[in-house]
Amino acid sequence: MTSAVDVTSNVEGHGAFDADVLLDVQDLRKYFPVHRGVLGRSVAQVRAVDGVSFRLQRGETLGLVGESGCGKSTTGRAILRLIEPTSGRLFYDGQDLEEFDRAQFREFRRRAQIVFQDPFGSLNPRMTVGGMLAEVLKVHGLGETGVDRSARVRELLDMVGLHAEHAGRYPHEFSGGQRQRIGIARALAVEPEFIVCDEPVSALDVSVQAQVINLLRDLQRDLGLTYLFIAHDLAVVEYMSDRVAVMYLGKIVEMTAAEELYKNPRHPYTRALLSAAPRRDPQAGPTRERIRLSGDVPSPIRPPSGCPFYARCPHPGKDEECQSAVPLLEEKAPGHLAACIKNPIPAGRA
Amino acid sequence: MPLLEVTDLRTYFTTDAGVARAVDGVSLQVGTGETLGIVGESGCGKTVTALSVLGLIPSPPGEIVVGSSIRFNDEELLEVKPARLREIRGNAISMIFQEPMTSLNPVLTVGHQIEEVLRLHRGLNKRDARATGVALLAEVGIPDPDQRFDAYPHQMSGGMLQRVMIAIALSCEPRLLIADEPTTALDVTIQAQILDLLVSLQRKHGMALLLITHDLGVIAEVCDRVVVMYGGQIVETGTTEEILTRPEHPYTQGLLASLPGIGDRDVRLNPIPGTVPSAVDWPDGCRFRDRCSFAWERCAESAPDLLPVDAGSSRSARCWLVDPDDSSSGLAGEPT
Repeated sequence: MTSAVDVTSNVEGHGAFDADVLLDVQDLRKYFPVHRGVLGRSVAQVRAVDGVSFRLQRGETLGLVGESGCGKSTTGRAILRLIEPTSGRLFYDGQDLEEFDRAQFREFRRRAQIVFQDPFGSLNPRMTVGGMLAEVLKVHGLGETGVDRSARVRELLDMVGLHAEHAGRYPHEFSGGQRQRIGIARALAVEPEFIVCDEPVSALDVSVQAQVINLLRDLQRDLGLTYLFIAHDLAVVEYMSDRVAVMYLGKIVEMTAAEELYKNPRHPYTRALLSAAPRRDPQAGPTRERIRLSGDVPSPIRPPSGCPFYARCPHPGKDEECQSAVPLLEEKAPGHLAACIKNPIPAGRA
Repeated sequence: MPLLEVTDLRTYFTTDAGVARAVDGVSLQVGTGETLGIVGESGCGKTVTALSVLGLIPSPPGEIVVGSSIRFNDEELLEVKPARLREIRGNAISMIFQEPMTSLNPVLTVGHQIEEVLRLHRGLNKRDARATGVALLAEVGIPDPDQRFDAYPHQMSGGMLQRVMIAIALSCEPRLLIADEPTTALDVTIQAQILDLLVSLQRKHGMALLLITHDLGVIAEVCDRVVVMYGGQIVETGTTEEILTRPEHPYTQGLLASLPGIGDRDVRLNPIPGTVPSAVDWPDGCRFRDRCSFAWERCAESAPDLLPVDAGSSRSARCWLVDPDDSSSGLAGEPT
C-alpha cells in the first residue's frame, strides 16, 4: 500500500522533511452519541467524521466540499479543538496537539482562527465592533495600552475594507457582508497564520459574496495565511482553493489539485456533484454530463458496510466487491487520491 | 392573452422607518405552459411580487397601491371577492416555498395534509383522497408512497418534504405554479433532482411556472425567459440565453461577474461595489446608479424606463445606456 503513504503517514515521517507542512491531520474521528429514553442512555453513534487524514502546506488553501451532514464543519471544528475529537492525531507545525501544555495550547488558539457562516450569530450584539476587537486583543495580551489597541482596531477595520468610524457601532447596524468583514477582522486581530473558513460566504448575496471572496484572497496573499475553506458551493471552492477534498458520510472520497478535480474527477460522487451543480452558461446545458443521484444520503448513524456511496453510486460497474470493504483513499494518479476501487466512469457514460 | 398578466404592480409596506416600496411598478406576463424566472438578491422584491399575485400580502402593514393590476385567466385578482380568491389560490394557482420543513404541520402526517387539500378543493371522500394522495406521492418520486403517506414531516428529509410540498401543490392540477426559491435549502444533488422533477411535471401537465430564485445557475437550467429585479423594479428582461450571455444592464452584468465559474481561478472577481439601498429610501433617478460604474449625470436626473434593447425583440433594460437617442454618456454604441 505504498501509494497510500501520503495520507496515512506515520509519526516518524515528521521533522525537517515536512517543514512546509503546517497542519497534519491523521485519522481524525468524531462520533456523537445518540441519547434515547428517560435515562438518556447512549444508544448509537453518529459518525460525523470517520477517519479523515490530510496535510496542509503553509500558505495553501485546502477546500473541503460536500453536502450537509458530510462532516466538513465538524472536521474544521475538531481541528481547532472547538469540539473534542473522538480519536485521531493532529500535528500543528510539527508538534502533537496532545502534548501541548496550557501555554502552548493558548498559543495554538491564537495562531489558528475561525470565520463562521453566520456573521450575526457569531458577534456579540451588545458590544460595539471596536469593543469586541479590543477585547480579543486584550485576552491575548496584544497591545500594551488602550491607545495601542484602538490603533490596532483601526488598522484591522481598514484591512477588511471598513472605516475607523465603524468601531463605535453595534453589529445590528451593519449589513450581512459588513458583518462578515467584522468576523474576518476578529479572526485577524490576533495575527493568526491559519484560518478555518466555515462557509464564510454562503449566507451572503451574490454581489456581496464576491466582495468577501476577493477580500479573503487578498488577505491570504498579503499576510501569507493558510486556509481550510469549507463550503458546499463547488464553484466558490474551486475558485478559492489550491487543493480540494470532497467529503461524503464523514470520509474524504477524493482529494487533489483544484483544477485537476474539476477536469478529471475520478470518484463517482464527485462526478455527480459536478454535474448536479447548476451552471449559468446556457451553452453548457444539453451537452454536458448529466448524472443524477437517486435517493438521499444514508444515515451516519448506521453507515452502510463497504463503500459508503454504494447505494447511490451511478457507476455502471459497481458490484459485490464494492460492498465487501470500505475503499481506501489511495493515490490513483500523481497527487490525485480517490476512494473508489473501480476505474473512473468513462466520459459520456451514465 | 397571457395566463398571468401583472401590470404596474406596487406593493408598499408601512414601517417605523417610513413607507417601504418593496415592489414598485412591476409588469410581467406568464404564458400558458411557460417558465418565467425572477432573479435578484435579497430585498429586490421578487418574493413580494409572488405573494401579491396570490393575495397573501398582510394588510396592514402591506398595501397594494391603487392602479396595480393582476389579471389571471382574464380575471382581475385585485377585485375578486375573498371567497373567489381562495378558490383560485390552491386550485388554479399553487405555490411552493423555500423551506418545506416549516411549510408543513409537524403534528400531522404528510398524508393527512395531502388528504385535507384533496377533500377541500376537489371534494373527494376519504378513501379516494388517500388513493389519489398516494398516487401523487408516487408521481413526485417518493419511494414506498403507501408507507410514506403515514409518515410525519420530521421523519422525512428536506428533499422528500419538498417533493411532498410539490405533490400538495399539484393536487389540484394548477395552471400556474409559483415556486419561491424551491431548492435553496437543499443540497446540490437533491436540488438537481427537484429541478428535474419540476420541469418534467410542468411539461406533463402543461402548467406555467413562475420560478423565483437568487441563483442564475438555476435560471439557466429551467427557465425560458427571465426578469431581473433590483430595487423593487424589473431592470432587465429577455430570454434566458440573452440575459446570461449578453446582459445589457450593468446590474445583470455585475451579477454575472460576481460568480466564479469553473476554471476562472486566475481571474479576479469583479463584484458590484456597495450594498443594496433601503426600500424606504430608494435613490432618485436610477436606483442602481450609486453602485454603477457607468453612471453619469442623466442617471441622477431621471429614472429610465424599461427601454427596448433592439427593435423586434422582447428584450428590454432599465438603463439609459440602451437609449438609442442618447449621446450624453459618451459610451453609447460601445460594447460594454
